[in-house]
Amino acid sequence: MFPGDLTTILPELVLASYGLAALIWAVFSKTPRTGTALIWLTSFFLVGLSLWIGLATTGTKEAFGGAFVDDGFSRFAKVVIVLSSAVVLLLSQDYLERERILKFEFPVLVVFAVLGMMIMVSAHGLMVLYMGIELQSLSLYVLAAFHRNYSKSTEAGLKYFVLGALSSGLLLYGASLTYGFSGTTLMSGISEAIANDDTSVGLLFGLAFLIVGLAFKVSAAPFHMWAPDVYEGAPTPVTLFLATAPKVAAMVLFARLLREAFGPIASDWQVIIGGIAFVSMFLGSIAAIGQVDIKRLMAYSSIAHMGYALMGIAAGTEQGFQAMLLYMVIYTVMNVGTFAFILSMRKGGRPVSDIYSLGLYSRQSPVKAFSLLLLLFSLAGIVPLVGFFAKLYVFLAVIDVGMYWLALGGAIASVIGAYYYLRLVYFMYFGEAGEDLDDTMPRISMITLVISGALVIVGVANLFGIIDITQAATGMLFN
Amino acid sequence: MNNLLTVITFTPLIAALITMFFIRGEEAATARNIKFLALVATGATFVISLFLILGFEPSADGFQFVEEYTWLFGLQYKMGVDGISVLFIVLTTFLMPITVLACWKVEHRIKEFMVSFLVLETFMIGVFCSLDLVLFYFFFEAGLIPMFLIIGIWGGERKLYATFKFFLYTLLGSILMLIAMVYMWVDAGTTDIEVLLTHEFSYLPLSLLGWDIVGGIQSLLWLAFFSSFAVKLPMWPFHTWLPDAHVEAPTGGSVILAAILLKMGGYGFLRFSLPMFPVASEVFSDFVIWLSVIAIIYTSLVAMMQEDIKKLIAYSSVAHMGFVTIGIFSFTHQGLEGAIFQMLSHGLISGALFLCVGVVYDQIHTRKIADYGGLVIRMPVYALGFMFFTLANVGLPGTSGFVGEFLTLAGIFQVNTWAAFFAATGVILSAAYALWVFRRVVLGDLVKASLASVVDLSSREKLVFAPLIIMTLLLGVYPSLVTDITGPAVMELKNHVLASLPN
Repeated sequence: MFPGDLTTILPELVLASYGLAALIWAVFSKTPRTGTALIWLTSFFLVGLSLWIGLATTGTKEAFGGAFVDDGFSRFAKVVIVLSSAVVLLLSQDYLERERILKFEFPVLVVFAVLGMMIMVSAHGLMVLYMGIELQSLSLYVLAAFHRNYSKSTEAGLKYFVLGALSSGLLLYGASLTYGFSGTTLMSGISEAIANDDTSVGLLFGLAFLIVGLAFKVSAAPFHMWAPDVYEGAPTPVTLFLATAPKVAAMVLFARLLREAFGPIASDWQVIIGGIAFVSMFLGSIAAIGQVDIKRLMAYSSIAHMGYALMGIAAGTEQGFQAMLLYMVIYTVMNVGTFAFILSMRKGGRPVSDIYSLGLYSRQSPVKAFSLLLLLFSLAGIVPLVGFFAKLYVFLAVIDVGMYWLALGGAIASVIGAYYYLRLVYFMYFGEAGEDLDDTMPRISMITLVISGALVIVGVANLFGIIDITQAATGMLFN
Repeated sequence: MNNLLTVITFTPLIAALITMFFIRGEEAATARNIKFLALVATGATFVISLFLILGFEPSADGFQFVEEYTWLFGLQYKMGVDGISVLFIVLTTFLMPITVLACWKVEHRIKEFMVSFLVLETFMIGVFCSLDLVLFYFFFEAGLIPMFLIIGIWGGERKLYATFKFFLYTLLGSILMLIAMVYMWVDAGTTDIEVLLTHEFSYLPLSLLGWDIVGGIQSLLWLAFFSSFAVKLPMWPFHTWLPDAHVEAPTGGSVILAAILLKMGGYGFLRFSLPMFPVASEVFSDFVIWLSVIAIIYTSLVAMMQEDIKKLIAYSSVAHMGFVTIGIFSFTHQGLEGAIFQMLSHGLISGALFLCVGVVYDQIHTRKIADYGGLVIRMPVYALGFMFFTLANVGLPGTSGFVGEFLTLAGIFQVNTWAAFFAATGVILSAAYALWVFRRVVLGDLVKASLASVVDLSSREKLVFAPLIIMTLLLGVYPSLVTDITGPAVMELKNHVLASLPN
């Protein structure tokens, strides 16, 4: 190992050391509230880490012979991942406590999942890519089954594990084919091999399997089957976690792999990704209509959203990738806000998740209902909210490269999708009044909900300059 | 006065924010404060918008009161008005205080009600003064959210069906327009409407999936915009959401819907379809004209058979919008001028008619024509007002309705005599259904027991109707008030379109 390599992966090293140290401390700790303490500590640690990643380093650095890269694209993703995970941790504390599953393993597992994601977004070789994905996935499998006395949760964990293992297998198979036909596992090497001689069928097979494996991880249709069950069964904080950071990581990895390793045969994968995006948008939008469980509904909603984000990748241009990054950031903010509400849905102390329990929520607490209304309209992509601009820029990217069918499909799917978001608004604002939800929303959830509600409306002024940052981040990938 | 348009647009929004966050306390007092604040805010907006009219220079070329700031990547916040749009802004600001006053009796969730209306006003004004494609779309579609809530919360029995249909129908139309807009953005490299007005979109014939498309890209873009505006206006056969929405909406919602939201469709044709896609507009002009003729005759007949007053007025709106599209696609000066006039006049008249229905609905809570009869006996002043607007709706000379219909018919007569002939029968049919419903509702003996206790207009209601009557009469006898302002802009539009046609 070389000192240069270690400084490049310093953030990852620090996080890994923190995770191990936290684990050791928690095991030997005698205090009763280790879990709570560790959640707060970890959140602050993650916030600090994200600041450090975002502000301290610049430029592009490679490590381990080019298998790991630290550039603007990955740093941007890391900041989003780490920050959103910190918020997720803070939001989960109350829920876990009420369900009596606040064990110190929770924050530690989140830390290792985050570590895996950070490796994923920095992966520049197939080995590192797989390492990151597995570290992330294994942590997530355990997290999904975290409510171990509750059969749905263990079922979710098992399903997630089996299907996730299958997809990892496909991914590995693709990776080995790619390695076999290009002679290298480095992305830059693969792209050189492709550029040098004509594309071999083996490489294309490798590409296809890699795409399938990654589509599994971002839960894009038709590889989405695990998502609704896992989302529904997993404890809600885990659902929130699954819906945000891992998606960002997998999406960024997806983009980097296709661009850096398979850039020369872009026309081959553009159509595949476009097709996946198209199917995801429609499937997510249509299947969500019949859902009565809000967590399942959000699972389908995230499938549809992944479709839109994939549109940006399908465009294959700098603008497209930029639009994808912007989409993922906005998606994360909206989802965190919405789940802050879902986390606190309770009746008589028991968590509920059917959408009928929203009955006339706007009467009960107008401010929270209004924030949720803004978030839902934003998720639907209706102006004047930032969700619209997320869609606008992916449309712009695909129309720019002439994939009109994709833009048109996205537009129609978004109208279909608007229906189920409207239905939630309908329950809140003019549905049948039912038994009220408990008024026990913890302060931190309420603050998150209201702030994210405010963000999606105030953001239309200039999107907080995120566009410029994504531009800079993507620029590094394309130069 | 550089930011006049921004001030006009966002004054109601600021009032809405104040209402939302700062008015609290004891219930009755809060309700009163909210209503007064809404009235003052909309009134102030109207007064400010008068400066717009005073400062507007009809003969000047291009846009006035232009403001421009960069916004998000590739977009700008650009506002400005010309002779076509300026009067719609004033129409909006003029009708809003009247609507607020008309909704004085609303008790149910008054805070959300007024906030929705104020926010809606901002979006409506924004539509008419945006000079950036995406900004236009932004305002155009944003209005759906408050309207969704207005119909959904304060609507009638079938409000759920009506509000979802309204929302999804118009969303589908406008999202296709969005795709076209993004294409235009890519094609022209800008979203500035002023630049796009002079950008020539390709009209070389092309073939798509084996279909030969006359007018090429322009036709496709035109169709995408058409899908939005035809739904919004609405044109037959895309009108089916309108009767449902109108019937279920509360009085104030119906007024705004009929008077202003529908006009966005007509405005869109004038601002985008005609000048930006002149070749496609020419290609499709016969199609639109005959659709409009069908709309005029068919919806007038349908209106005649309605049992619900609001539905009747809704269908009559569709018929009157038929005159608007006929005028626009005649490509003549009179036709275009008449279309704008007809929209403004219909804004006043249809709004007033819905208010008339609202007055009696507030008292006996039914919209069925059969439940009325003989109102004139207990409500003479009301009967007079209702008669005035009924006749204005028919197009009686001396009211603004006449000018609009006459000009559009004069316009279409120059290019398509048969269409003019059939459209003119619509005038007769409108007299038939309007007078018939007037007889059934207002005249005759007062035999229904439920009507025995109705009372005539209160002074508040008189105050609501007075400005509408004055404006309808004024525009009817002195139409130059409007045509002086719109004339030069319409001339420029017509010349631009005719000059862009390849011969």
